[in-house]
Amino acid sequence: MLIKGVGGQGIVTLVAIIAESAFLNGYDVKSSELHGLSQREGSVQAHIKFGKKVYSPLVYKGQADLVIGQELLEGLRSVELAGSQTKFLINMFNSPFIGSMKEQEILDELNKLPKDKLNLVKASEICKDKLGNQVLSSVYLLGYAISRKLMPLKKESVLQAIKNVIPEKYREMNIKALELGYGQ
Amino acid sequence: MKKILLGNEAIVKGALVSGVSFVSGYPGCPSAEIGDEFGKIAEKNGVYAEWSTNEKVALEAAIGASFSGLKSLVNMKSFGINVCSDSLLPLAYTGTKAPMVIVVADDPSCWSSAQTEQNSRAYAYLSHIPMLEPADPQECYDFTKLGFEISEKFNTPVILRTTTRVNHQKMIVDFEEPHSAKATRGDFVKNPKQFCTMPPRVLEMKAELLEKTEKISAFAEKSSVLNKVSGRRTSPQLGIITSGVAHLHTLEALDEMQLSAPVLKLGLFYPLTEKKIAKFIKGLKKVLIVEELDGYLEKEIKAIAKEANPKLQIFGKDLLPVIGELDTGKIELALSKITGKKFTLSKESASIAKAPRRYPKLCQGCPHLYTIAALKRIAPNAVFGGDIGCYMIAGYPPHNTQDYEFAMGAGLGISHGVSKATGQKVISLMGDGTFFHAGIPALINTVYNKSSPILIVLDNRITAMTGHQNNPGMGKNLMGKDAEELQIADIAKACGVKNVKVLDPSNIKELDATIKEFLEKDEVSVIVCKLICALLARRQQAAKE
Repeated sequence: MLIKGVGGQGIVTLVAIIAESAFLNGYDVKSSELHGLSQREGSVQAHIKFGKKVYSPLVYKGQADLVIGQELLEGLRSVELAGSQTKFLINMFNSPFIGSMKEQEILDELNKLPKDKLNLVKASEICKDKLGNQVLSSVYLLGYAISRKLMPLKKESVLQAIKNVIPEKYREMNIKALELGYGQ
Repeated sequence: MKKILLGNEAIVKGALVSGVSFVSGYPGCPSAEIGDEFGKIAEKNGVYAEWSTNEKVALEAAIGASFSGLKSLVNMKSFGINVCSDSLLPLAYTGTKAPMVIVVADDPSCWSSAQTEQNSRAYAYLSHIPMLEPADPQECYDFTKLGFEISEKFNTPVILRTTTRVNHQKMIVDFEEPHSAKATRGDFVKNPKQFCTMPPRVLEMKAELLEKTEKISAFAEKSSVLNKVSGRRTSPQLGIITSGVAHLHTLEALDEMQLSAPVLKLGLFYPLTEKKIAKFIKGLKKVLIVEELDGYLEKEIKAIAKEANPKLQIFGKDLLPVIGELDTGKIELALSKITGKKFTLSKESASIAKAPRRYPKLCQGCPHLYTIAALKRIAPNAVFGGDIGCYMIAGYPPHNTQDYEFAMGAGLGISHGVSKATGQKVISLMGDGTFFHAGIPALINTVYNKSSPILIVLDNRITAMTGHQNNPGMGKNLMGKDAEELQIADIAKACGVKNVKVLDPSNIKELDATIKEFLEKDEVSVIVCKLICALLARRQQAAKE
């Protein structure tokens, strides 16, 4: 699985929750993330693999089962790393910059993907409206992914993973975001 | 216990369980979480931890601790070993008293590194210091412990050389929680015969070092943990020799191709276990050497094969790139070329438009934005010296105000040269962390040798880029204790700079006027743009609420 977004969207936390949850589900798991300058609103990409036995922490081009795009253009960027089996879960959030594509252009391109493979979700908008914090969009997307079986993780294990990984202060709002995405 | 750990967390656990009591380092990506984590847990584990002013000072601090009988861990990113190399080489000669592990984190593909795609493995040759290369977080834990054991047994520092995909890899790690310990005080017992590298003793020390290296090599030949063989020999008699994270990609490639071949994984890069390698390659027809960046192992193995198996066909950098990190696909491609087996990882991606490149940006409200804008407004034709920090982003569009960028503190050193050579107006940018790290000698040089650049110190009250570490300008140290808050302006004045101004860069009028005024000077001047990092300000605000 690949997670793509821009720095500051809570990707490292999302990786931690998914990895912990996979561990609780009894899977072998490896992940790879990047820190540093790329975090300053540049492209950020994390890899997670879980299954019976995982060797490499990196998902090779074309091999991802699921891509979570936390931002539209980054979702589009991930298509070149995807294969015919890859499913996409993309947050309809746009972080524009000078020289980027127009939002509609990005959507037009994404809509060329097979309908059964593409999930476009307004995670940031919903989290901002209902929870007052759009950083929670990553956990919202996770809730959405497990309820639609885009990811073979049990909800209980994800809830437990949130308890294990997230500091107490932020736990409740993360659980709310997960429930919101799950019930969508 | 079993838990998911990041490679860097596993290094911390391994050091704690080995009884480390002195930790020093300098933050950089991908090693910074090691020091950050020690900052949080040091006190309750009876450990002393510091961010030193730079990697050389960090290593020297640990040398002092080691000579006083304390187990130490030093942490830095790749370029840190360049900075500390002046003291690293004599340390190999003196050896350690108490054990020491030095973590050096390389960054193949330069995910978060400017400067170069450095392969720090070469320092093992230069220094004769044993070097371990873990592939994953479990090995980060195991090899850190092993590093302390080897260090203790042979009185040598041990380098743990990692890469981004190891430091920032997560997996389930089996580890022991350390018992909480009380802080231990060292005892420096004079022993100049060991601790001074003066002639004529220095050449004796070299002889002792080479002898020690032989002993370590003999020890490693017997170890079943350091260098492991897995897999079976099959008919084409192909073997694979791997190191670091590339080992994991190799196992995946073999699995994908349903190919079985024996794999020798070298966990100890230096000294190389020549007998073990000779034994492994005997009877093979072909061997593929899978290592990232330069083909150091390949060269060594070619030399070993001359005697052990002269007919052996050796593949390595002829099939695998020297630039950039490796992955399963690159290794599978190499294997398919050797074996004639089909490349399985073909991909059919949808043909849609390519997304335009997204450059890192200065954050919303970043104080550097004021200064960079002023440069373009007031001195568009000046020469702009860059340095290492968030403000490197000045080199990206739309700013484009960075004419050279090298290494920590190097911007001002080069600016002096440009100023002397041309008489052109030069404005050099440098962050507060970089100023303390390596900026001061360059500043003294501009005064002493009379050049006239403007140095703008972007003092955002923290070492921001590597994840917000405290530095000597902040009044707090790594363990959160109060420290002297060093004033950059006072240091500049003490270095002999006459034109020094401290200002808030959001006061645009004052900033513009000061740059204009200092452009007229025929001697060096310093502007300290002092305004807190926007991210830090937001975090401090959130913590208050």
